[in-house]
Amino acid sequence: MRKMIGGALAGVLALAACGTADEPATPSGDTGGTRTVKLQLQWFVQAQFAGYIAAVDKGFYSEQGLDVQILEGGVDIVPQTVLAQGQADFAVAWVPKALASREQGAAITEIAQVFQRSGTYQVSFADSGIKAPADLKGKKVGNWGFGNEFELFAAMTKAGLDPGKDVTLVQQQFDMQALLRRDIDAAQAMSYNEYAQLLEAKNPKTGALYQPSDFTVLNWNDVGTAMLQDAVWANSEKLAGDSAYQETAVKFLTGSLKGWAYCRDNAAECRDLVVKRGSKLGASHQLWQMNEVNKLVWPSPNGVGLLDETAWKQTVDLSLTTKNQDGQTVITKQPEGTAYTNEYVQKAIDALKGAGVDVNGTSFQPTTVELKEGGA
Amino acid sequence: MRRARALATGIGAVLVAVLLWEAYKAVGGDDGTSLFGVRLLPRADDAAMPHVYDVLRRFGEPELPGGDPIGLVVLKACLFTLRGVAVGFGVGALVGLLLAVLMQRFRVVERGLLPYVILSQTVPLIALAPAIAGWGGRLSLGSYPWQPWMSVATIAAYLAFFPVAVGMLRGLQSPPRVAEELMRTYAAGWWHTLVKLRLPASTPYLFPALRLAGAAAVVGAVVGEISTGTRGGIGRLVIEYSREATADPAKVYTAMVGAALLGLAVAAVVGIAEFALNRRRAA
Repeated sequence: MRKMIGGALAGVLALAACGTADEPATPSGDTGGTRTVKLQLQWFVQAQFAGYIAAVDKGFYSEQGLDVQILEGGVDIVPQTVLAQGQADFAVAWVPKALASREQGAAITEIAQVFQRSGTYQVSFADSGIKAPADLKGKKVGNWGFGNEFELFAAMTKAGLDPGKDVTLVQQQFDMQALLRRDIDAAQAMSYNEYAQLLEAKNPKTGALYQPSDFTVLNWNDVGTAMLQDAVWANSEKLAGDSAYQETAVKFLTGSLKGWAYCRDNAAECRDLVVKRGSKLGASHQLWQMNEVNKLVWPSPNGVGLLDETAWKQTVDLSLTTKNQDGQTVITKQPEGTAYTNEYVQKAIDALKGAGVDVNGTSFQPTTVELKEGGA
Repeated sequence: MRRARALATGIGAVLVAVLLWEAYKAVGGDDGTSLFGVRLLPRADDAAMPHVYDVLRRFGEPELPGGDPIGLVVLKACLFTLRGVAVGFGVGALVGLLLAVLMQRFRVVERGLLPYVILSQTVPLIALAPAIAGWGGRLSLGSYPWQPWMSVATIAAYLAFFPVAVGMLRGLQSPPRVAEELMRTYAAGWWHTLVKLRLPASTPYLFPALRLAGAAAVVGAVVGEISTGTRGGIGRLVIEYSREATADPAKVYTAMVGAALLGLAVAAVVGIAEFALNRRRAA
């Protein structure tokens, strides 16, 4: 009888296991001259990732002999974890979140800092009189939590406020209704997404769309508590020992950064490429997003994707010292090992310069995008 | 006659729900009703509770300028999710059935396995979904690579097997002792007792369990899609549209109505199966 139980259990297990591929790592071996590379994004396809999408669609990756597959994110998908588990070759992730994952053991290294600036705002109605972080005192302050709140907390701490006592903290939803109904006085918003949602909504008083003059924006880049956001991360172990992977990293960055340069000069076309990929956000919203994202990337005085060590140090310092409402910091000690390297991105920049691509964008001028109701 | 009455009751229930919704919208304060700063009744403004006809109208309007009407987009998304639900429901029901038979046959398995079956449902789905999606990247069915919808189906199956396993165990144990002893006097073995006695006796337990499993499979598929961002399904639409709630609140409800209809459709399939089986046995 015991045998029968064993056999039956084995049958159930076999059902559950299906078939396991022999090679757990992603198949990135050479197939007919092109190398397959998987890139994990943080969210669904939108203009925030336009550079990579353009590089695929305009053939900038295939020029480098790469076949890049873009993996979309989801609510519970953590790109740096997917990367550390070997199911993607590269991942796009915010620096503080990736540093937290590193501290928990994820063997990842930053190889390019695409966004030179932070895109996070704290937005309030102009009549609330919140012109500086100190004005948040006594107000209801919305934040997303889950590691998206540290710039705000750093700014409040810097202004001499105790975030636990001097403000009422409110967990914010995906949409901006809480601010529009004045349930909260100040809301977290990405310049390229939620801030645009505000400007796509109708003001019931005027019957027209809300205008930027209706709001005041606290921009962490100006306050001095900005932390680095979208960066390209790679697998540390493969980066250290696998020369083919190192070569792929340079090629991948060359293609990606060429894509970003292309989207700087062809914002409307890149918007169309994103929309064609099946984004559910409207066309005017995506163009706004493309324009705002361009502002975060360009100009890049030292070269696109090159990590500025001062900005890195500021991000690490804030990650070590800023406490959120639970008294937690992003990381508890200085990042160990090789947390970042400019080696590969520098090679990519040199290659692009040699090919005549403008890698600094010093003459970049953002356009003015007119948002339509609902972002249509 | 009875069917006509059931249909009328169903339509009536929907109408009552619509009337209640609109009545509350007419009576309820735009800012809800608060007592000592605690909101007791929800807001009734158009952003929180759009008019039913606004939601219906939105179904007919294009999702994006020049695109398909939302009704079609939601229908396609529901059909996409239905595949995950159907596979998850089928696999879950089969696994649940096998576990129930196994647990009924061997008391030691029941004592050893049942706690784990119950424990399996206490694992939070949001922790499980990314893990399953992660394993999926390493798996393949023979030469056929693992697809994202299979991860969603796995999550659906994980939720669906539980009510079937527990319900069917009760059902298989339901025949009275005298019936079992009668089978024994016929010198019927375990297999014959199962097929002739236990399985027929368990149908009153099976269909309620299957209804629960169907609902669980829909929830599992929708949550799985939200969690892993699987493109194409209704769960993904719910999250995509909810981001637009600021400017277009009616749009959010179209996706939610779609998800609810998907659940109803699955329940209807189980109901039809039950009806067919009962008629065959009555004949």
